[in-house]
Amino acid sequence: MEILEIFLTASFWTAAIRIASPLILATMGELICERAGVLNLGIEGIMVAGAFVGWFGAYIGMGLWGGVLLAFVVGMFLGLLHASMTVSLGLSQHVVGLGITLLATSLTYYAYRVALPEVTSPPKIEAFQPISVAILAYIPILGPAMAEQTPLTYLAIATVLITSFVLYRTPLGLALRAVGENPSSVAAQGLSVLGLRIGAVVVGSGLMALGGAFLTLSAFDSFFFGMVNGRGWVCIALVVFGAWKPHKAFLGAILFAAFDAFQIRLQQSTIGADIPYQIFLMMPYFLSIAALVVMSRKAEVPAALMVPFYKGER
Amino acid sequence: MGEVVLRLEGITKNFGALKANENVSLNLEKGEVLALLGENGAGKTTLMNILFGQYTADSGRVEVFGKTLPPGMARAALDAGVGMVHQHFTLAHNLSVLENVILGTSSLWSWKLRYKLARQQLLELANRYHLKINPDAKVSSLSVGERQRVEILKALFRQAKILILDEPTAVLTPQETESLFETLTEATEQGLSIIFISHKLHEVMKIAQKVAILRHGKLVATKETKETSPNELAALMVGNPINPTAVTKRESGPVLMELLNVSTDTQHQSKGLQNVSLRLCSGEIVGLAGVSGNGQTSIADLVAGLITPSQGKLHLDGKPINRWSPRQSVLSGIARIPEDRHHAGTIADFSLTENSIIERYRDQPFARHGWVNWQAAVGFTQELIKQYDVRCPGPDTRIRFLSGGNMQKLILGRVLQNDPRVILAHQPSRGLDIGAVHYVHKELLEARQKGAAILLISEDLDEILKLSDIIHVSSEGRVSPPFQRGKVTPTELGGWMSGAAFAKQESMHAS
Repeated sequence: MEILEIFLTASFWTAAIRIASPLILATMGELICERAGVLNLGIEGIMVAGAFVGWFGAYIGMGLWGGVLLAFVVGMFLGLLHASMTVSLGLSQHVVGLGITLLATSLTYYAYRVALPEVTSPPKIEAFQPISVAILAYIPILGPAMAEQTPLTYLAIATVLITSFVLYRTPLGLALRAVGENPSSVAAQGLSVLGLRIGAVVVGSGLMALGGAFLTLSAFDSFFFGMVNGRGWVCIALVVFGAWKPHKAFLGAILFAAFDAFQIRLQQSTIGADIPYQIFLMMPYFLSIAALVVMSRKAEVPAALMVPFYKGER
Repeated sequence: MGEVVLRLEGITKNFGALKANENVSLNLEKGEVLALLGENGAGKTTLMNILFGQYTADSGRVEVFGKTLPPGMARAALDAGVGMVHQHFTLAHNLSVLENVILGTSSLWSWKLRYKLARQQLLELANRYHLKINPDAKVSSLSVGERQRVEILKALFRQAKILILDEPTAVLTPQETESLFETLTEATEQGLSIIFISHKLHEVMKIAQKVAILRHGKLVATKETKETSPNELAALMVGNPINPTAVTKRESGPVLMELLNVSTDTQHQSKGLQNVSLRLCSGEIVGLAGVSGNGQTSIADLVAGLITPSQGKLHLDGKPINRWSPRQSVLSGIARIPEDRHHAGTIADFSLTENSIIERYRDQPFARHGWVNWQAAVGFTQELIKQYDVRCPGPDTRIRFLSGGNMQKLILGRVLQNDPRVILAHQPSRGLDIGAVHYVHKELLEARQKGAAILLISEDLDEILKLSDIIHVSSEGRVSPPFQRGKVTPTELGGWMSGAAFAKQESMHAS
């Protein structure tokens, strides 16, 4: 009984949505890339870079929003690097993506050491505080939990709505979906396949960096090594889980975060005393894999995902 | 003489030493269908790519409605009112018909997709040209003919006044071709002008008023269809008169392979078979006609050992087969010309040599003590290249660089080289030009002469009627009784293709 009661508390769902926020931002970023036909495995590294740069911006006095903006710009820059190799040159998206992850992670740690050579404990900043948006409390179930969040969480939720709107309601979104399905259909209309794909990767990577920045500017108030901790890879799975649809990927992120919040509470509960805590840590991943298997069997993968486009080839 | 809507003047394009187009000039008049005829590699596609700004011509100019198009601009021709239906459709399969149609019609930076208005316009167009279509259907759920309709509607939606169709009938059934022709006639009556690219002579004679013939990049002649004949066109296209392939009479030999009341489970998209019986005799070509997707793939897969019957029996040399696999099929001397030479017939990034031995790499002389004998393999390939006139730089070339015709010649050679007993020829001449088709037919007839039992599966009824000693028709996984050469009319076969004759047969059995 005690276990089920956890799900009924508002604080549990507040925590779940907070945990979900960085995942939501980065998942939308990955989804935009993949919808345009590019698998962006640079996500993990871009999140690390975003986490550091966002925090660093705030630390040197650019303000919290200055940090957010800086993270977005650095993310876009890394995305441009990714796209110039995978889209313009048509190189392997796996190799380039993992390369970007290694590069961005190492560069970030290096930059951290260079910028702050003599600190022993990570310096703190004044992070985003929750603001209450009373209207949201009227939304059933998740409403009360959504009403007490930091601005970046609201930004994450807005990103889902905007992504969804752009993909399904605008000519740009239609062109993006088409370029991930069959680039020739876009090229035949005289539109630029490369331009659309590069744009998608650049903007998507910017969102990934925002996901990283959430960790240092909202969830915690400092930057430390290993803090992204595989969240990027979770986002890749969430895109598949969501069948490349923004609203489903959003629900997936909430679900994953709920598992995570649940296991934290289980560890603290009396039941958790006898069980090794690693089991609890494993739980969200295990349940995600199970859900992934069930959910993604019927998913329609963008047909041209990971297929480079060369002009004049059929 | 009508108003000239499209004028190509002195177009020349060289790729290195290759003259793809040499001083080509063409006029298209309002409301006419101009056929552009030529073999593969004659320069038709290059010419159209220049028109659409994919390539820039070395010299010459393109004029649409009296205005010269700027060279090398992909949108210029589209904006001037020229629409193109490519041979390989440029549709996104997971999107709906409507989404495909409106793709790229409004600025990328505008806020709204005008779904409602677009749907209305699309339905109006569909109505006007009698192109029945469901705007909300996903393209992946449409048949090939319907997809082509979407492509045509796409062009019309963009207010194309000039429509270019690249080999539009290559993938269509006879019925679909018929309805395409009705649409095109309708379109010209409404003031559209059409360029119809093809190498099928009888279609050109039927639909076009004027024919322009390209050979080796040069325009060799422009003829009124009224004043020419298929034979003359063929001669102009190939450069020398073509002798029709003669089919000599031949007594058929013993039964080599037999399908006895075979049924199979439904495979992916291919219909399962229902109680099918077929008999392949030595020295005989058995033609299987019918619209594709009616069980032909199942029959082909069955013969090739890719699937096994769920009911019924396969007999080889009068003996029932117990274990059946692709390997068994190859070892039994069954040679296969697969339907899709790009995917099933060859491995694009493998060399000609590797592709030549792909079915027999484990056997003598290509394998010795578990090692590949490359010397033998290369020798074999060189022999194929020479004997079957495969135009290529050499045996080390990756096969993706070969034209369809040359690829098919290599597959034919690979199949025929060691005198197979049974040949499975699935759409052996699809997408090939007239010269290559002749070549394939000649080789098949020669194999028949040598005593092979040949199963010819084709959607091209003319091909079936020309080559087959025995004709079956498949429809919905059923196969008609055999008809002797010359004892059946195309109309009768059409009745079996549509399934009507099957129903008749069943009701006769019932009464």
